[in-house]
Amino acid sequence: MSSFLGVDVGSVSTNIALIDEDLNLIEKVYLRTMGKPIEAVQKGLKILKQKISGNIDIAGVGTTGSGRQLASVIVGADTIKNEITAHAVAALNIEPDVQTVIEIGGQDSKVIILRDGIVIDFAMNTVCAAGTGSFLDQQSNRLNIPIEEFGKYALRSKSPVRIAGRCAVFAESDMIHKQQMGYRLEDIIRGLCQALVRNYLNNVGKGKEILPKILFQGGVAANVGMKAAFEEALGYEVVVPEHHDVMGAIGAAILARDAVSHKKSTNFKGLEIMDANYTVDSFECSGCPNRCEVINIKMENEVIARWGDRCNKWKNIGV
Amino acid sequence: MKITYPYMGNSHIAIKNLLERLGNEVVVPPRPSKKTLSYGTQHAPEFACLPFKILLGTYIEGLEMGADTIISTGGVGPCRAGLYTTLQERILRSLGYEFDFITLEPPSRYLNALYKNIKKIINRPMTLKEFWHVIRFVWEQLKLFDMAERKSFEIRPLEVNQGETSKVYRECVDIIAEARTIEELKEIKNEVIKKMDSIDRRKDFEPVKVGLVGEIYVVLEPAANLEIEETLGELGVYVERSMFFTHYTVSNAIMDLFHLAGERNVKKAARPFFNEMCGGHGRESVGNAVLYAKRGFDGVIQLSPFTCIPEIVAKSVLPAVAKKYDISVLSLSLDEQTGKAGLRTRLEAFVDLLFKKKQKKEGRFA
Repeated sequence: MSSFLGVDVGSVSTNIALIDEDLNLIEKVYLRTMGKPIEAVQKGLKILKQKISGNIDIAGVGTTGSGRQLASVIVGADTIKNEITAHAVAALNIEPDVQTVIEIGGQDSKVIILRDGIVIDFAMNTVCAAGTGSFLDQQSNRLNIPIEEFGKYALRSKSPVRIAGRCAVFAESDMIHKQQMGYRLEDIIRGLCQALVRNYLNNVGKGKEILPKILFQGGVAANVGMKAAFEEALGYEVVVPEHHDVMGAIGAAILARDAVSHKKSTNFKGLEIMDANYTVDSFECSGCPNRCEVINIKMENEVIARWGDRCNKWKNIGV
Repeated sequence: MKITYPYMGNSHIAIKNLLERLGNEVVVPPRPSKKTLSYGTQHAPEFACLPFKILLGTYIEGLEMGADTIISTGGVGPCRAGLYTTLQERILRSLGYEFDFITLEPPSRYLNALYKNIKKIINRPMTLKEFWHVIRFVWEQLKLFDMAERKSFEIRPLEVNQGETSKVYRECVDIIAEARTIEELKEIKNEVIKKMDSIDRRKDFEPVKVGLVGEIYVVLEPAANLEIEETLGELGVYVERSMFFTHYTVSNAIMDLFHLAGERNVKKAARPFFNEMCGGHGRESVGNAVLYAKRGFDGVIQLSPFTCIPEIVAKSVLPAVAKKYDISVLSLSLDEQTGKAGLRTRLEAFVDLLFKKKQKKEGRFA
């Protein structure tokens, strides 16, 4: 049976989902991008191959996430879609009545408003990453609590402490000051979750009509403390889908199936790419005052893609 | 006297002509680049907005290139921009530069000062008739730039070969820049229309329509908005901009001279939502959004420099406009970022949403 691959290259994690023709998840991989998106994609495919016994017949590939362009030239994508559309598609697939998607990833957070099965509004944090996964990661590191346990601490708190939430720097110093005064860790962590939710609703969710059913997606949805804080603030149930961590990748895979059904063939380069040798280098073009930073993506020392120039002068040379 | 001035869209070409024909040596400011931003952010107050930083950087570049006079426009607030020239002048002096700073203030309140300042930049003997002729030529040139740009907005979403419109448009700008007389401009106008119309276009595609509103500098200067109009056009969007250099000058400087409120219809449209002026272009952003909605546009994009108070006010009013007129609104904050990926993600998602909504409205959505 043929399957479809979705690759979501985010700032913090790279997620891969393999779905069947009926859009059921066959396998998923969640790994850290660690600042090296190409290697993460290759490594992710290796893990995927190990997880699946027997042959995988990949009939279509979609990429999403902030690294979608890069990922698309590595894997040979049939569709390249922004993560907002990808998340909405995946949400609608499991919950056709969904009206709100809250998505919090490594470095961005978004709200997607849907009505009658289509996206009618969305917002994404623009200038501030407070309350996103990286910040929670950093705090769990600082407190030496595994990130998986972080949310559980919040649930044990009976009287949360108020933490300043509008800025990660303010939040951290507030947390430290309260910790040094002797407040319990549980109460500080629950206070933090509430602050981050407050910040999300004031910033990303400002002016948006958040109605149920609400799905909570992205890596941060694993944090039960955040889920509880959302429910408390919104007064509605917040559902965390089983595969919340790879919803973007699932969306990309669904979109790949749609794209392939139109054109009847795939651009997928095959799983061999996981062993290919990719390199990148960049230079500053001196053709005009723009001084664009042009990037070469090379596979086995041959340039397979080039971008970064505003005028497209370099984009198509030697590719 | 060697004059430099702010860089904004294509206006720098016409301003160069103006100043040269009035008998000045001109240092044409370079297009805002990473270097401009680095100078600007290094010397500006941290919380100043992007236009402030770009302009400050531009002045430094101009002074380094040998300019001894800066000319800019002022304002009467309450937007901070009204104070910008004063603050910029102080910063530049504290850096050790020696120069004259000529601020052109709005004519209704400072007509006398404006007159004196204009006299300062006329540095060759000329009759009133000659002066008038120079003004007319420059005005016609500016109008032609705006026309070519409007045309590129219409054609870009329909182009068959991606990037062709932008390429032809840039060629047109170069041709217009070369003009020396009003007669030449007339010929060039036809040439520009012919060139643009010869671009290969799709016939079976209907673009979605988006109106751009927001603070003037980030709306008019592509280097400040990461070429948003090009990006949108290539995503299949017909873009209309609420502001063009010529239109802005008429409605804000010339009408001001006669104590008439410019853009009355815009202010009227904003009234149910926004009755007071809050400085900058906050009220205009709301009014224009209403006008776009009434004209059946699919969406409005608001561009604002990060920390811009008037646009922050407008941003919180826009959802009410969106709700009342069922139009989609996307607000974008611009700052020093030069990476386009984040902006592109938002624009792609917004355009996806507009097409889906349009299909649904037209009953083409299963």
